Amino acid sequence: MLIRKLGYSALTASLLLLSGCEGGVLDPKGQVGIDEKYLIVVATVLMLLVVIPVIGMTLYFAWRYREGREQEIYDPKWAHSTKIEVVVWLIPIVIIAILGTLTWYSTQKLDPYKALEHDHKPITIQVVSLNWKWLFIYPEQGIATVNEVVFPKDVPVEFKITSDTTMNSFFIPQLGSQIYSMAGMTTRVNLIANEAGQFDGISANYSGAGFTGMKFNAIAKPSEQAFDEWVLAVKHSPAILTDERYAQLALPSENNPVDYFGSVESELFNHVVMQFMGTMDHHEQSEHSAQMHMQAED
Amino acid sequence: MSLLGNLTLDAIPYHEPIIMVTLAVIGVIGLAVVGLITKYEKWGVLWNNWLTSVDHKRLGMMYIILALVMLIRGFSDAIMMRAQLAIATNGSEGYLPPEHYDQIFTAHGIIMIIFMAMPFMIGLMNIVLPLQIGARDVAFPFMNNLSFWLTASGAVLINISLGLGEFAKTGWLAYPPLSEMSFSPGVGVDYYIWALQISGIGTLLTGVNFLVTVFKMRAPGMKLMQMPIFTWTCTWANILIVASFPILTAVLGLLTLDRYLDFHFFTNDGGGNAMMYINLFWAWGHPEVYILVLPAFGIFSEVISTFTGKRLFGYTSMVWASGAISILGFVVWLHHFFTMGSSADVNAFFGVMTMIIAIPTGVKLFNWLFTMYRGRLRITVPVLWTLGFMVTFSIGGMTGVLLAVPGADYVLHNSLFLVAHFHNTIIGGAVFGYMAGFAFWFPKATGFHLNERLGKYSFWCWQVGFYVAFMPLYVLGFLGMTRRLNHTNNPDWNIWLYIAALGAVIIFVGIILQFVQLYVSIRDREQNPDLDGDPWNGHTLEWSTASPPQFYNFATLPKVHDIDAFTDMKDKGIEYQAPDEYLPIHMPRNTAAGMQIAGALGIVGFALIWHIWWLAIVGSVGMVVALIARCYASDVDYYVEPQEIAEIEQAHLANVATVKEELV
Repeated sequence: MLIRKLGYSALTASLLLLSGCEGGVLDPKGQVGIDEKYLIVVATVLMLLVVIPVIGMTLYFAWRYREGREQEIYDPKWAHSTKIEVVVWLIPIVIIAILGTLTWYSTQKLDPYKALEHDHKPITIQVVSLNWKWLFIYPEQGIATVNEVVFPKDVPVEFKITSDTTMNSFFIPQLGSQIYSMAGMTTRVNLIANEAGQFDGISANYSGAGFTGMKFNAIAKPSEQAFDEWVLAVKHSPAILTDERYAQLALPSENNPVDYFGSVESELFNHVVMQFMGTMDHHEQSEHSAQMHMQAED
Repeated sequence: MSLLGNLTLDAIPYHEPIIMVTLAVIGVIGLAVVGLITKYEKWGVLWNNWLTSVDHKRLGMMYIILALVMLIRGFSDAIMMRAQLAIATNGSEGYLPPEHYDQIFTAHGIIMIIFMAMPFMIGLMNIVLPLQIGARDVAFPFMNNLSFWLTASGAVLINISLGLGEFAKTGWLAYPPLSEMSFSPGVGVDYYIWALQISGIGTLLTGVNFLVTVFKMRAPGMKLMQMPIFTWTCTWANILIVASFPILTAVLGLLTLDRYLDFHFFTNDGGGNAMMYINLFWAWGHPEVYILVLPAFGIFSEVISTFTGKRLFGYTSMVWASGAISILGFVVWLHHFFTMGSSADVNAFFGVMTMIIAIPTGVKLFNWLFTMYRGRLRITVPVLWTLGFMVTFSIGGMTGVLLAVPGADYVLHNSLFLVAHFHNTIIGGAVFGYMAGFAFWFPKATGFHLNERLGKYSFWCWQVGFYVAFMPLYVLGFLGMTRRLNHTNNPDWNIWLYIAALGAVIIFVGIILQFVQLYVSIRDREQNPDLDGDPWNGHTLEWSTASPPQFYNFATLPKVHDIDAFTDMKDKGIEYQAPDEYLPIHMPRNTAAGMQIAGALGIVGFALIWHIWWLAIVGSVGMVVALIARCYASDVDYYVEPQEIAEIEQAHLANVATVKEELV
């Protein structure tokens, strides 16, 4: 409880420090981000319990035992004390034991691959990083967008992510966890927006000349109805994302505007993943083999 | 295929005014140096006493000079980046287009780590370690010279890329597939590969050399657990070098095969897997940061115990804490990519392992504290760096442990928070340590003192500048700013970017003051000599020699009975005892073979970068011929005669006597 209290006071302090600044990971708008912010605050406070005394002692000892203070004891041969040694090993061990436990459980809880605990069935959005833009495919809705991703608030979203180029990292700072996008495999991250609004989305892994402009808008609609209306509007867009149109889109370009496709080749995402996989062209193997790939790495 | 491979006049960046001005400045300075050497007729001295020297002390000083030159280059990159980011706000493009900017951040990383920090650390180790264990040189003096020239060769290659072609635009990690031919068809990544490969071989040889030195050449009586603490931390670092640098060599070799021979180790297609590169790279890269920081920890230990006039508290704990850090350093590499999609168990394991490193590191901090306890701390320049380190590194360590929590890393990974963290530990840990060591051992290496006042000014600029430059980056990380952005468009970020740029300017003043300090100290060297070789009332054997030490280090090998061997001798009153007679000393001769071999390898690297195949063959043949010639050279050693030794030693003892009389 003490930790929690301390956590909140440090939180307030850091918020004061950053007051006036909106956005970023200390201003989360989704449950994953909120949990991660809380974790950051608790871990920081725990560590400050040791770090502040150490800094204080450093300055105090240096001042107190400086040259010219003849009134202090001078003991040039004193170099060992079992009692002190035990204490200086124990203090960090205890803190790390607490922090390690916290880490173990929070890592299980915040596993980006784990579906969020929520009454609502998650919607799936497929994400492809291209040079230098983001393509979002909505397999359930049959639409696709570029540099804008839209979903309703309070509905878990499962992002399935791949890359048709170099490695990027799919990241919406205000919603929480990022995950790498890599060619030939699918990574996943589960996120949710607790509030409606528009959030910055970025690539958090340098990917070449157009990297800086590789941004997207993440928009959480206030309701499922509003989301459905948006889907319907996109469906009216005449552009169709066929394989040919996709090949055009995949060509390098910088600072891409937002774009909508009213319909999309249903197997496009799998094709993107599988194009690097040599002879295995049966699409059902794609997710499986990408997973195997990941597990082999683990 | 032309005679010069892919090399054409277009490779010179005429259209880049910044580069052309830089090249002009380098040219002018180079000509001035050549002119001065010619004017004072120092070519012979330079060649005979320095470039071909196999003396560990001379090589150490050359390493440090290389490090200081590279510090200027790396810092120029840094201040250009900070200026770009301070200008390129609110959607402005700034003055550095991605084409140029992306090379700068890559070069900054490689130069600072491989060509500034490493040579600085290895230079200090070269100067001090053999003296501390009472040895006359390292185990393989010629190989030591070769190591230096291999490092220098790599440094030359990376600097050639400034005026000929380009450097890698991949970030210093050169992650594939971005670093593969399909995404980086230019010569940049090839410069990166060969500069790192060649200097990496040099570093590996250094590691082997110093391990053998420590295990086989300690003074009579010195047990392993009586080695000075700096020697111990260097030994752990050398173990890490020997264990980890081959991984770098191998992973760069695989990338080379991909780029030159169309292999598919890390490509997107053909069954390649970039994740393998990332794992292997960090299996080297993480131990590498401990290679940098462990010797710095040793320096702080020496500085604190010397200037507090006390034995180091908890020597045994310190040795084993360093050992624990070294071993744990090998099982944490995955924390560099928690966001790659590993399972929760794997991420949690590596997160917890990373945190465990905080335990031995924390113990070290406490031991430094208790070394000060009941001491008499003299606040000198090395002590200021050490105190600055203890405060700064505590913060850097804390943010490091925070990043080790996967749940926190998911939002802080690759952000400016990360950039702030590793600068916090590498500057606040390693670089502060090297600066402390530089000021501490400078009189030993040169025979005169550094200007204390300028040293303090410089320290304060570095210390204050560090906080002003990097604390805003922590904030920016929290505000969601990722690293390697070329320009920004977020009004909330601007103020922090401006402050950070100001911090870089303050550090710049600190660096200038350091060079002024060096200039003033050299100018006034006659007034500030270190006559008896023991300016700080030191504990360990390096202080028992003259300053600068006799070229053979010790006329007679000292007998060691204690960790603080020299203090022990002083307590017994036998510190400057002349022996009854001197025996001839076996010494290695200087040789140009190291320069020849490393130079030839540098040419091979250059030829491979530009696909000039005939030159690569010529260089390889030259290298092998130089190596064989060296193997069959017969005139490689000589004996110093007792007569000469006696004269040198008597002069030193006379100096010691003068100092003692003055004290009385």
